[in-house]
Amino acid sequence: MWKWLHPYAKTEQTYLLCGRLLPWFSVLGLLLIVTGSVWGLVFSPADYQQGDSARIMYIHVPTAILSMSTYAAMAIAAVIGLVWQIRTCDMAVAAIAPVGAVITALALFTGAAWGKPMWGTWWVWDARLTSELILLFMYLGVLALYSSFDDKQKGGRAAGLLAIVGVINLPIIHFSVEWWNTLHQGASITKFDKPSIANEMLWPLLINLVGLAFIIGALVLLSLRNEILRREIKRPWVGKLTGEQNNAI
Amino acid sequence: MVVSGFVAQCQRDLLLAFRQRSEVLQPLLFFVLIISLFPLGVGPGPQILQKIGPGIVWVAALLSAMLGLERMFRDDFNDGYLEQMLLSPTPLPVLVMAKVVSHWIVSILPLIIVSPLLALFLNLTSGMLQALVLTLLLGTPVVSLLGAIGVGLTVSVQRGGVLISLLLLPILVPLLIVATAAVDAATVQLPYQGQILILAALLLLSLALAPVAAAYALKVSLE
Repeated sequence: MWKWLHPYAKTEQTYLLCGRLLPWFSVLGLLLIVTGSVWGLVFSPADYQQGDSARIMYIHVPTAILSMSTYAAMAIAAVIGLVWQIRTCDMAVAAIAPVGAVITALALFTGAAWGKPMWGTWWVWDARLTSELILLFMYLGVLALYSSFDDKQKGGRAAGLLAIVGVINLPIIHFSVEWWNTLHQGASITKFDKPSIANEMLWPLLINLVGLAFIIGALVLLSLRNEILRREIKRPWVGKLTGEQNNAI
Repeated sequence: MVVSGFVAQCQRDLLLAFRQRSEVLQPLLFFVLIISLFPLGVGPGPQILQKIGPGIVWVAALLSAMLGLERMFRDDFNDGYLEQMLLSPTPLPVLVMAKVVSHWIVSILPLIIVSPLLALFLNLTSGMLQALVLTLLLGTPVVSLLGAIGVGLTVSVQRGGVLISLLLLPILVPLLIVATAAVDAATVQLPYQGQILILAALLLLSLALAPVAAAYALKVSLE
C-alpha cells in the first residue's frame, strides 16, 4: 500500500489523480442528491407530528453528520502530513477547511430554520447546537491561521497542527458541553428520542447522506487542485499544463 | 543538563519580566477593570452578581491571559533568541515548559492573588471563593500550556495578537464549563470534587502533550 501511495507525495501526480476522480464524485454526488432530495421533499410522507417542516431533515441531518466527518478527514490528512512530511496532505488540510466550514454553517442554518417552527426559537443552548457552533469556530480558526501566513507551506503545516490539537479536543468539548447542558437545564426539550424512522423516510435520508459525501469529496478535489496550482505555479509542469512556458523557472 | 537548562531558562524569563514591570501589570489591571465593568453593565444587585460572578471572573481571566500570551515568544522571536533555543543541547520541549512556567508565574499568578478582592466586588461567599481559587490554580496552567501552542503557531505572523485568541478560545471551552460548574456547585454547598478532578485530568493531559506540540509549532514557525 505504501508503494501505491507514495507517488501521490508528488503534487503533479495528486493533481492528475484529482482530475481523474472529479467526474465520478461530482456526477455520482449530483445524481444521488437530486434523487434523495426529490424523493424526500416530494414523495416521502410528511411527519405525523411535525408535518412538512420535518422535510428539512433531508438536508439538515446529512450536513450535521458530515460536518464532523469532514473535520475528522482534515485531521487525518494533517496527521499523515505531520508524520510522513507529505506536502500534499498539508495542502489537503487547507483544501478541506473551507468546505467543512461551509457544511457546518449550513448545518447550523438549516437547524435554526427547523428549530423556529418546531421549538419556537431560532437558537437554544442545547449541547448539540453548542458543540456544532464550536466546531464552526474551530474550522474558522484553521482557516484564519492558514490565511495569515504569507508562506503557504508553513501555513499549511501550522494549520495542520491546529487541526490535530482540535481533534484531540473535540471529544472533550463534546462531553463537557453535554454535561454543562444537563447540569444547567435538566432534561431539555430539544433532545429527540432516537426516532425509529420509517423506511420511506430513511431511504431518501441515506441517499442524501451519501450524495452529500460525494459532493463534499468533489468540492475538496476541486479546491485541492486549485491549492496545488496556486502553490506550484512556478513549477515547469504547471507551465506545461497551462501552455504557458514563461512561468517556468 | 536538562534540569540546569530548565532552571536557567526560568531565571532568565523571570528576570526579564521583572525588568519590564509595567508590561506585566497591564494584564492584571485589565482583569480588574473588566470585572468592575460588569456590575456597571448588569446592575449592582448582589444576587445577580453572585449568580454570574464565577463566570465573569473566569472569562476575564481567560481574556487577560490572552493579552499576556504573546509575550511568551514574541520578543525572543524578534531578537533571534528562539533560534538559539532550537540549537541548544537542552531539548526544546523542556525549554518551552520553562517558558510556560515563568509565563504562568508572571502573568497569571497575580490574577489569582487578587481574586479574593474581586470576590468582594461580586458578592461571592467564602465557599465559592475557595472553589474559585482552586479552579483557577488548576485551570490556568492549562491556558498557559495550550497558549504556548497558539503563540508558537502565530509567532512568525505579523499582528498575531487577535489570531491567538481566535485559535485558543474555542479550545478552552471545556475548561470554562468545568471550572464554573465547580464554583456553581460550591454556591449551593454541593461537593465539587468531581469537577476538580476533571480539571486535574485536563491539566495532566495538556502537561503531557502541549510542550511537545508547542516545540513542533516553534520549529514550523522558524524554518
